[in-house]
Amino acid sequence: MRARASELLAEARGTLVAEKEYPPERDVSGEPPRIGVFVCHCGINIAGVVNVEEVTAFAKSLPGVVHAERGLYTCSQDNQQRIKQTIKDRGLNRIVIASCTPRTHEALFQDTIREAGLNPFLLEFVSIREHCSWVHMGDRKRATRKAEELVSMAVAKARLLRPVRRTSFSVRKDALVVGGGIAGMTAALSLADQGFKVHLVEKEGELGGNLRKLHSTLSGDDPQELLRSAIARVQACDKITVHLRTRVRELAGYVGNYKTIIASTNGDPGETLIEHGAVVVATGAAERETDEYLRGRSERVITQKELEAKLADEAGRTALASAKTVAMIQCVGSREEGRMYCSRVCCANAIKNALAIKALNPETTVVVFYRDVRTYGFREEFYQKAREQGVVFVRYEPDAKPKVVDVGGASVPRGGQSPRPQDGAPLQVEAFDPVLGQKLRLEVDWLALSTGIAPGAENGELAKALKVPLDQDGFFLEAHIKLRPVDFATDGVYLCGLAHSPKFVGEAISQARAAAGRAATLLARDTVQGKGRTAEVRERLCAGCGVCVAACPYDAREIDPAKRIARVVEVLCQGCGACAAACPNAATKQVGFAKEEIMAAVDSLA
Amino acid sequence: MAEEFEPRVVAFLCNWCSYAGADLAGTSRMQYPPNVRIIRLMCSGGLDPMYVYRALLGGCDGVLIGGCHPGDCHYTNGNYKARRRVAVLKAILRELGLDDDRVWLRWISASEGSRFAETIREVVAHLKEKGPSQLARAWAV
Repeated sequence: MRARASELLAEARGTLVAEKEYPPERDVSGEPPRIGVFVCHCGINIAGVVNVEEVTAFAKSLPGVVHAERGLYTCSQDNQQRIKQTIKDRGLNRIVIASCTPRTHEALFQDTIREAGLNPFLLEFVSIREHCSWVHMGDRKRATRKAEELVSMAVAKARLLRPVRRTSFSVRKDALVVGGGIAGMTAALSLADQGFKVHLVEKEGELGGNLRKLHSTLSGDDPQELLRSAIARVQACDKITVHLRTRVRELAGYVGNYKTIIASTNGDPGETLIEHGAVVVATGAAERETDEYLRGRSERVITQKELEAKLADEAGRTALASAKTVAMIQCVGSREEGRMYCSRVCCANAIKNALAIKALNPETTVVVFYRDVRTYGFREEFYQKAREQGVVFVRYEPDAKPKVVDVGGASVPRGGQSPRPQDGAPLQVEAFDPVLGQKLRLEVDWLALSTGIAPGAENGELAKALKVPLDQDGFFLEAHIKLRPVDFATDGVYLCGLAHSPKFVGEAISQARAAAGRAATLLARDTVQGKGRTAEVRERLCAGCGVCVAACPYDAREIDPAKRIARVVEVLCQGCGACAAACPNAATKQVGFAKEEIMAAVDSLA
Repeated sequence: MAEEFEPRVVAFLCNWCSYAGADLAGTSRMQYPPNVRIIRLMCSGGLDPMYVYRALLGGCDGVLIGGCHPGDCHYTNGNYKARRRVAVLKAILRELGLDDDRVWLRWISASEGSRFAETIREVVAHLKEKGPSQLARAWAV
């Protein structure tokens, strides 16, 4: 909804913004460490298990610590004020927060100490909640001892922290959207409505992707109407440039400044260079193929999508209306070794098609062989409706799958000509019904397989070009499922639609708008700030061997030809530390995770 | 009676998967023995093998390194680098006649809180069985 609101507010964007002012940064370089430790009760979340008084007293005894205190909720507004005041009053120059996980609260405290004139990287954050009080509820004494040791490790590291300078760089205002299905088109339209120019790259000869094959929905909305209007809007939009039969050949650059070469998919020579600030990945996925259950050997064995196409077409409807029995098998090749995930849409799709068959001819028997029915969201009511209309649901176990036998002579040798369907049912399905406790044998005219959704075959290639990860199933992996659900870990790249995971059309559209909204937060800025926690070279120690260059997955390390030593391309560096670990001379330092800092933490345990 | 031996374990966890997995074990209130001290790294590929030697020489009884599952690395391939480094590290330990079964490399994703808790239980149980590391004493000057 954010993106929707941003579309409406595009013209007013930024007009009422007051730039947040920070006080000038205090130079702490000449000072000995004056560490302040703030221990959080988190209500009873921490204090209910860990003896917070003891931890605070222990912290006070550590070398370099000049102040330690505890607070009921360290993240609360009044406590933040207190921290700022204490930094000023006690002249603190390093801060240790012992509370929850840095993954959610580090940024908040970085901002707080910045407001008090400290460099935001003079902060060390240690979790005594997720990693201590919540997991050792039965042993207060040892939990308290552990919290003390965790604080002592953080203090040891904090003593060595140095201020970090962050550089900023400009942002190109154009976006690249890869994939012209409904997710890609929605993202492109949303970005265009927010005032940004968009390049929309589609590998096929026309827009629409999987939506082209979707003819009905359970809610009654017409997907083809949605498709037509989306395509019409994209084509009419002067901010969107559509590149059909095109793919991303090469992508270089970094957040705010990408240079992408796109090329034709059918081998035509000629390439186009696009310069852009953000990328939205919306490359989709496809219905999976299978060779189970006589698929490919009998023309009566079809996929749910093929069934849907028949139901949308006059001749297909006629053929189906005369069928006595239609069977469906769910979870084909899914939720089992080799492909463990659920494709989310198949149960609802099967029920949608079952209801459509019943609407054509209520006399047709429809039997759905399933493992678990999951009609996500409010689609549950259609599951009930299907049962009310007499659709039969038969459960099967993965080790006793239904067996399909060709009895009607409709069997086709692979690649051969298919004979005309004969009188009588051509297929027989055998299954064990656990409710009846008996074997079922069913004469079947059509068998529809729910084969699920397979990740795009070219995902690996694109992931490599974008330097973003895929998950174990081959779909694109977001930075964090809850905290950054449409971002990649690599800044400036966002994702939506089936490229991310199986989902319904409405979900793909919402996610596309979210991705556009996130991309707009970047594109609306004139400059972005670097991460700060990148690699750094101690030039005196560097021998220019180039091990770091080979270790870097982001091409962020290179040899300076003049100085013959390695350098860091700061904007490309994502701060993983691979080069620092590889450096044989300890010439590369990973800022925020320097070797001496980690060693100090390890040593504090001894 | 002598107090039961409680092994000291250091865990180097990558920020994106294993550290988040440890967070999830916490938010899910999964209970595991309080023997482990966690050090956050951005990536398992940023693990300097010296950290492990230092921990063992400093008196720790075991070291756990946690990274993203193969193919899931936040930084594309840092976990593969960690795997190679740990293999070499273990080979060196063996070469020196030291125990290589005090070092664990485990893939623990952000959604595997239970796997994290289970791993800690397993590591602690193994070390209890094995007994305290004599390295720190042997190296004390």
